[in-house]
Amino acid sequence: MIVSAIASVSSKKMLRSVIYLLFTLVGVAGIYFLIDYNFLAAIQLTVYAGGIIVLIIFSVILVHHIEMELEVAKLSKKLLVGTACVFGLSVFLTTIYMHDFKVVENFNTTTTEQIGLKLLSYEAGGFILPFELISVLLLASMVGAIVIAKGKKLTNKNESE
Amino acid sequence: MIDGISIYEILTVTSTLFFIGVYGFLTRKNLISILMSIELILNASVINFVVINKYLYPEMLQGVIFSIFIIAVAAAETALAVAIIINLYRQIASVEVKDTEIMKY
Repeated sequence: MIVSAIASVSSKKMLRSVIYLLFTLVGVAGIYFLIDYNFLAAIQLTVYAGGIIVLIIFSVILVHHIEMELEVAKLSKKLLVGTACVFGLSVFLTTIYMHDFKVVENFNTTTTEQIGLKLLSYEAGGFILPFELISVLLLASMVGAIVIAKGKKLTNKNESE
Repeated sequence: MIDGISIYEILTVTSTLFFIGVYGFLTRKNLISILMSIELILNASVINFVVINKYLYPEMLQGVIFSIFIIAVAAAETALAVAIIINLYRQIASVEVKDTEIMKY
């Protein structure tokens, strides 16, 4: 997973890096399966590996020639950003390993029913309001994407009418 | 929780994934590649939510529900960004960052 993530940000060919990203996302879904959140793994596989990858591949094919080489950043800039990232990563790792997590031993599975009940409950700690908000957000982004992608033609039609 | 894998190892993996995403975000010069790096960063944070939920507070479900919301927002954001990129490509025939000056006004 890590290897394909590195390949995905360093591959020079656009379509190949998208495919490496697909491998990374499937690996993430594998982690969800391992810690027994089957519902989240299914969401990850359908939304990311199914939806977003197809969307990105479509845009790559529309915008580029398939085997086009990408413009690469300068070596000095790469080294600078790489050292900054390694430094930040070491800070993160020292913080994580210094902290003493109180791990609870448990092996019970969370079912989809529990998630759904929590998501739609009206009581304290329920998530009905963000659930409704996210549905409105999805509708708004759908309308916005259509308007942006069709923008010019729509305004022309309005002017002619 | 997973047998034989501690929370430290999973957190190591996710922070490595996060910084790979940051590296790609800063070095790539193409709008679609930057979008892919953002996906990597969001995925790393979602795994963190889920893993901390599972290892430390297994009775709660907040981490799972938050990660569902993050995935929904990420999907909406990607759809919008792809629409913007394609529209931009129609106008200036390029998706490199240095050529996108038309969005300034």
